[in-house]
Amino acid sequence: MIKQCWRYVLSDHALEVESVSFNYGQTKALSEVSLSVPAGHFVALLGANGAGKTTLFSIVTGLYAARSGRVGIAGFDMRSNTLNALAKMGVVFQRTTLDLDLTVMQNLTYACSLHGIKKSEARNRIAEGVGIHGLEGLERRKAGSLSGGQRRRVELCRALLHRPSLLLLDEPTVGLDLGSRSSFVAHVKSLCTTQQTGVLWATHLLDEISDDNDLYILDKGQIVSSGVVGELLHHTKVPDIAGLFHSVTASGVDHPNTAGNQINSSVQTS
Amino acid sequence: MSISAAWLCLRGVCKREGLRFINQRGRFFAALVRPLVWLFIFAAGFRSVLGVSIVPPYETYILYEEYITPGLLGMILLFNGMQSSLSMVYDREMGSMRVLLTSPLPRWYLLLCKLLAGVSVAIIQVYVFLAIAWFWEIRPPLAGYILVLPALIMAGLMLGALGLLLSSVVRQLENFAGVMNFVIFPMFFASSALYPLWKMLESSVVLYWICALNPFTYAVELIRFALYEKINWLALAVVCGCTLVFLAAAVVGYDPQRGLLSRKDGK
Repeated sequence: MIKQCWRYVLSDHALEVESVSFNYGQTKALSEVSLSVPAGHFVALLGANGAGKTTLFSIVTGLYAARSGRVGIAGFDMRSNTLNALAKMGVVFQRTTLDLDLTVMQNLTYACSLHGIKKSEARNRIAEGVGIHGLEGLERRKAGSLSGGQRRRVELCRALLHRPSLLLLDEPTVGLDLGSRSSFVAHVKSLCTTQQTGVLWATHLLDEISDDNDLYILDKGQIVSSGVVGELLHHTKVPDIAGLFHSVTASGVDHPNTAGNQINSSVQTS
Repeated sequence: MSISAAWLCLRGVCKREGLRFINQRGRFFAALVRPLVWLFIFAAGFRSVLGVSIVPPYETYILYEEYITPGLLGMILLFNGMQSSLSMVYDREMGSMRVLLTSPLPRWYLLLCKLLAGVSVAIIQVYVFLAIAWFWEIRPPLAGYILVLPALIMAGLMLGALGLLLSSVVRQLENFAGVMNFVIFPMFFASSALYPLWKMLESSVVLYWICALNPFTYAVELIRFALYEKINWLALAVVCGCTLVFLAAAVVGYDPQRGLLSRKDGK
């Protein structure tokens, strides 16, 4: 146990998930899932709808408790050192979690207060975040009046106000148009290098992943493939990520409801 | 958890609740109209039908409007408690609850902050109601307006904690109408809010005991006595005890290790 704790303390990973399993009643949602996000890396978690991405995020964020396995965030064990672990984590959830009745500034100030950031410091951090995320001029506008892309940027800004080591994004580009989507992805990727934040990006949209990204493919609650995208493509000798996905999930295009087909359609519509 | 982080969180949650309340003016008026209708129409209409003898804390015969005023204050707190729990179910469905629950503070404290924020908003409504009631000649002793504040906080915490507990059990917004029917109305009507308990005893012993076992009865009595510069120790004990039990159960309900969510995990 002590050895295990030390391992986390000495870890340079923003996130370590070890053998996590979770069931909804009799339905197995996650089975022995293990993955890691090194500091400053952009790691993509690819899976069709229902693969278990959101369940995994709920466990990593402490909203669900897995009965087996372990989650460590920036060296802190999620079960035994929950508050320190949560302090090192920023989250952008799948659905917008802004208070639409409140202004951008009020939403950001509220987030600062939840993280114990004092007023003067909060003001500085918000001003800095507003600049970094291109939110100038939107501070006094109600969140409900913003476009989908602007809301996502506000949420990203909010998730980074307490300067976390790990940033979790659960399908954050759902509902965004192509332009907003690509600029948002580029923006998050740039944060990895500029702020050394480890990013775990869950998606089912293939064009959000590039060859130099780390990739985990989740299928029916299990990690079926992992590695740097370029290397995976080289080893499996498939031309693209869609082919890779099909080869590791054994999802044929002939079957209309397969995960692979969902991925295909996502690419086509994106 | 440092004191300054705890204070910042409490202030932030209260401010957010206050801002939402200001932005939802309809909610404010709806919360006021309900007890005012009871005071202006129901109580005025039943004044001659329902006689109230001298019962503590009153020292003389009183008008029926005066009797039901503490019950209506309890009604505001009860509805606000349920409104808060409704907004928590809504927040959970909309996701903003996740923001609160993933912040680095103990979950029991986060829920307590939410509870205190809800109670603060309800108390503003209570005082506005008392101000309007003053013009309707409901005039408790001046000191009662101050002494009732701790009673309102205690009663508000108990009812808010009950709402919190319900929100941990009710998983969908659609199910909340059922909660309204099965919790709010029986709690309100089967209490001493509208009639003294001895009146209940005259009509039905069973009903009397239902009222006597209803925690809302004690919330109303605590408020009633405080408003007339007295303390009802039994009511205070019941309200404190129920608050602790409801809050503890709500914390368990929201704990992913022990609560309802973890029970879905079949292991």
